[in-house]
Amino acid sequence: MAKILGGLTTSHIPAVGNAIHNGLFDDPYWKPFFDGYPPIRDWLDEHKPDLAINIYNDHGLGFFLDKMPTFAIGAAHEYRNEDEGWGIPQLPPFPGAPEVSWHIIESMVEQEFDITSCQELAVDHGFVVPMQLFWPGAPGNSDMPRSIPISANTVQHPIPTLKRALDFGKALRRAIESYPEDLKVVVLGTGGLSHQLDGERAGFINKEFDQYCMEKIVDDPEALTKISRMELVEKAGAQGTEFLMWMMMRGALGDKVVRRHSNYHIPISNTGAGTMLLECVE
Amino acid sequence: MDITEFDHHSPIPGTTVFDGRMAMKGYALNKMCYSFNGAEAREEYLADPEAYMEKFGLNDEQKQACRDKNVLALIAAGGNIYYLAKFAGIYRLDVQDIGAQQTGMTKEDFKEKLRKAGD
Ligand SMILES: [Fe+2]
Repeated sequence: MAKILGGLTTSHIPAVGNAIHNGLFDDPYWKPFFDGYPPIRDWLDEHKPDLAINIYNDHGLGFFLDKMPTFAIGAAHEYRNEDEGWGIPQLPPFPGAPEVSWHIIESMVEQEFDITSCQELAVDHGFVVPMQLFWPGAPGNSDMPRSIPISANTVQHPIPTLKRALDFGKALRRAIESYPEDLKVVVLGTGGLSHQLDGERAGFINKEFDQYCMEKIVDDPEALTKISRMELVEKAGAQGTEFLMWMMMRGALGDKVVRRHSNYHIPISNTGAGTMLLECVE
Repeated sequence: MDITEFDHHSPIPGTTVFDGRMAMKGYALNKMCYSFNGAEAREEYLADPEAYMEKFGLNDEQKQACRDKNVLALIAAGGNIYYLAKFAGIYRLDVQDIGAQQTGMTKEDFKEKLRKAGD
């Protein structure tokens, strides 16, 4: 049976992609951020997962406002990173796991999460940057597992509630654990933490709130479901709503987890950048 | 049931919540910006911005905001920041450039404000 080993969270800022491309790992601005990753890579080296469920939010590459799925699940053989508007180095595709995707889709709908299935999905920095942070050189890293992207809408309100995001993760856990083949799975929650790009409040970052969220998500994610969506916009910033991905990830890890690693740094680009490794407890 | 959060325009200062109302208002503008994912579209826009805006049916407010590269005006005209980022990319403006523009700061001061959030 498939088994979830743990959850990995990270911010997924486009500037990180450029910094990786330019090898700025020891640059004084970037070092406190990149130093958050080697302990997680060591853990991945030790456990060698077969599959990464990558929960991110599309930023206007895979989806437009003409049809905006609240929850979308990739069901493709491979996923390509395409030009998001500023030109990017062309990457080889990221291999998918469509047979697992369809199992998850079947199970989610049976559990009354009516999701959108995607047999083609261009993936943006929200998906790619975390893969490159956790598996350097991705998709060219031979340890990089196959992946399934799951995207939740944070582009346009109404966005899902924090409770719905956590519940989605709980259903996802049941879906993965019912997959009949032996598979070691990690679940990524990418995005956030606090940031706001638009309006007179641009540049808003809330360290205290980010640290509260990083604390509560370990042992008491239910407490975070009390936060309303407008409160999330107010406290985390307009794009800090990406924290929903962390909630979805957390739901998939079961009741008890152990925090193996955590890092938080301000600022990376306009964002409070958080990274965590949460290991599932049997 | 009560739809408790239907009015997304709750007063968070300096923040426009992009909901259905804004989505209707900004559709043409956002659709044009979405097209800028493609390099050919970006070139076509730069070659003749007026013709390109006309093709997507932008209204006068949206056209003027594009001509001025004025981010606050683009948002007021219904622009969504995720798509506007692609418009900004055409002019090589990054998120600190547009942050500085919207807050009326120099880019250096804006970056300092971000850094101070970590103290
Ligand atoms: Fe993002």
